[in-house]
Amino acid sequence: MRQQSHLFKETAKQALADPTLKIALNRTTGLLQRRRAQVIDEFPEYAEARAAAEKIKTHTLEHMAHYLAQFEANAIAAGAQVHWARTPKEASEIVIRICREAGATSATRVKSMLGEEIGLPDALSEAGIERVETDLAEHIIQLAGDPPSHIVMPAMHKTHEQVAELFREKHAEPSEDDDVTSLVESARRELRQKFLGADVGISGANFLIAENGSIVTVTNEGNAELTVTPPKTHIVTAGIEKLVPSLAHATVFLRLLSRAAIGAEITQYTTFYNGPKRKDDADGPEQMHIVLVDNHRTEMLGSFLRPMLRCIRCGACMNHCPVYASVGGHAYGAVYPGPMGSVLTPAMRDLKSTKHLPNACTLNGRCKEVCPVNIPLTDMLRSLRARQHDAGLTPPVTKWALRGWGWLARRPKLYHRVTGLAVFVMRVWSMNKGRIRRFPMAGNWTRHRDLPQPELGTFMQQYKRRQGK
Amino acid sequence: MTDARPARPMVGFFVTCIVDAMRPNIGFASLKVLEAAGCDVEVPAAQTCCGQPAFNSGDDAATKALAKQVIAAFEPYDYIVVPSGSCASMIRSHYGELFVGDAEWEARQRAVSDKTWEILSFLTDVMGYLPEGVRYDGVATYHDSCSGLRDLGVHDQPRKMLAAVEGLSLTPLEGHNECCGFGGTFCVKYSDLSNAIVTDKSEKVEATGADMLLGGDMGCLMNMAGKLNRRGAEVKVYHTIEVLAGMADVPAICKPEKMR
Repeated sequence: MRQQSHLFKETAKQALADPTLKIALNRTTGLLQRRRAQVIDEFPEYAEARAAAEKIKTHTLEHMAHYLAQFEANAIAAGAQVHWARTPKEASEIVIRICREAGATSATRVKSMLGEEIGLPDALSEAGIERVETDLAEHIIQLAGDPPSHIVMPAMHKTHEQVAELFREKHAEPSEDDDVTSLVESARRELRQKFLGADVGISGANFLIAENGSIVTVTNEGNAELTVTPPKTHIVTAGIEKLVPSLAHATVFLRLLSRAAIGAEITQYTTFYNGPKRKDDADGPEQMHIVLVDNHRTEMLGSFLRPMLRCIRCGACMNHCPVYASVGGHAYGAVYPGPMGSVLTPAMRDLKSTKHLPNACTLNGRCKEVCPVNIPLTDMLRSLRARQHDAGLTPPVTKWALRGWGWLARRPKLYHRVTGLAVFVMRVWSMNKGRIRRFPMAGNWTRHRDLPQPELGTFMQQYKRRQGK
Repeated sequence: MTDARPARPMVGFFVTCIVDAMRPNIGFASLKVLEAAGCDVEVPAAQTCCGQPAFNSGDDAATKALAKQVIAAFEPYDYIVVPSGSCASMIRSHYGELFVGDAEWEARQRAVSDKTWEILSFLTDVMGYLPEGVRYDGVATYHDSCSGLRDLGVHDQPRKMLAAVEGLSLTPLEGHNECCGFGGTFCVKYSDLSNAIVTDKSEKVEATGADMLLGGDMGCLMNMAGKLNRRGAEVKVYHTIEVLAGMADVPAICKPEKMR
């Protein structure tokens, strides 16, 4: 997706002006919040599982080199080929090279945010390889020509009414009816043959298991299995932070992931892939390639952003974010939207072009509260603001306003006189109507809301008067 | 902490910059209830702002200077009580991030942070206070401000005290734990976004049919009252402590004085 976080104010404004988007976001985030609350409520060991998950990730990150080496050795022993990519470009080049070596003209793809991160959709089309998205929501946005707007539900910005219209326009045999079941049937008819005819199947991984070199996918539609089993070549792209030490450790996350993501105890399909087809296996790919991607992750490992590498990409933070719920994912202008994206994007890009992201946040803390691995998202967003400040990126008006305020607030006597005067002016201005409709220098407040009429004197003035009596 | 509570604790009251300027009634209501709960209360004159606007804007040096001023002004007291979850949380939960590696200030900061309380939780959890003989006839709904709720665990305390107010009933607010869109400087820096969030909140408040919206943070209350009033809603917005003090007889936030 095109990086345009620097345009956040404009893209957010456009999003706010789109009533259909608001309907789509309200329907889905509301449902996801209710379902999550219910399954967490019914999971008595939630707090323990969350603490255990945090601990496992923290430990794994502390011993990253060890577990990565172990994963690589075991994946190779299982017959897979392991590739290392430092940058998104390197990663997509490796994938394209493998496709070419396999003589591929078409590739099926299972939804993977890492694939988006490394720009795989564009890379495939530039290489002339037909890209078939097999996840229903990814299929929808591929038809619409949109990037994903959510990391778990990439078509969250579309209502099912819009999807019905899209399918009528683009599908060879669209369904007569607009209900969800008919839409799914229509997509199934459209996609089935492409599943079976693809040369390469590309997936991400929800977990990489060091002790045996397995990769794990978690889906609801079964499209991962159908994507990676029939073609001769299976390519996995995964960020190095997906690592867990063992199968037993992975199960801790499996109990948390689907609950946090979609409010379900478990998804329909959880599949462990260990190397390509073996001699006596009935089916499976002949080759399995695993591309491990860094893209600034090792830098994050050594910085205050390390806790972000615990992220298991459940999307709970965005489902509970008032900013995300107001503007949706596209407004962020980055691959990863919402609170986790506002931490990741500056880490993967630069502070300057992404400077709105950590600031467009009320620091209400609900994202951290619902995070299944307890990532201190608000603390990191605040720390990113401090980095911006130190890098001189604070807008001049804000900088001088804060500097003036700070200077005054350090001189209590003067401060009380100045605030007393300001309050007096506001009181006169309000003309005793109880509220102020417009006030100079407070235009961004009064454009949307009233200001209260202050009392006669600040608290400190009134208190002093009363004490003097 | 409650174990070592003095019989008649000396409380340093931190009024907060927003209450000081925009709603002194909250400050006086706080003094009244704190005294009724058995505290001696002083208001140090050398107080201004806790530094939160600078902190949330990433200016750690300015924050540190203001934090030192707060620490120096309030260290003599048994408790520091604040009529705001977000300012209390700034002192209690975030000051610690400022003085890492500065042994002297770290110790002074920790002592002050540990005895700083949001007023509604202080009254309930430390003083075991319940209002007596306070009456307010009406139906109220309650908004839980984010910092108080998530950083300080303020949730049951106001509800418990409000249940002791005669004539008052509480009706639940859908999304009571969702941000109102204030967010300090966020509401002016991202004015349209903030407006979208507070519009949603206002719709939910209006849907309760309550006469009154209560909460514990003047920033959020001012945001919601300002929006509700702009929408022409009748609902009256007060800080919880104004009701608990029996001082919700003044005009609600953004409402005019009654014609007599």
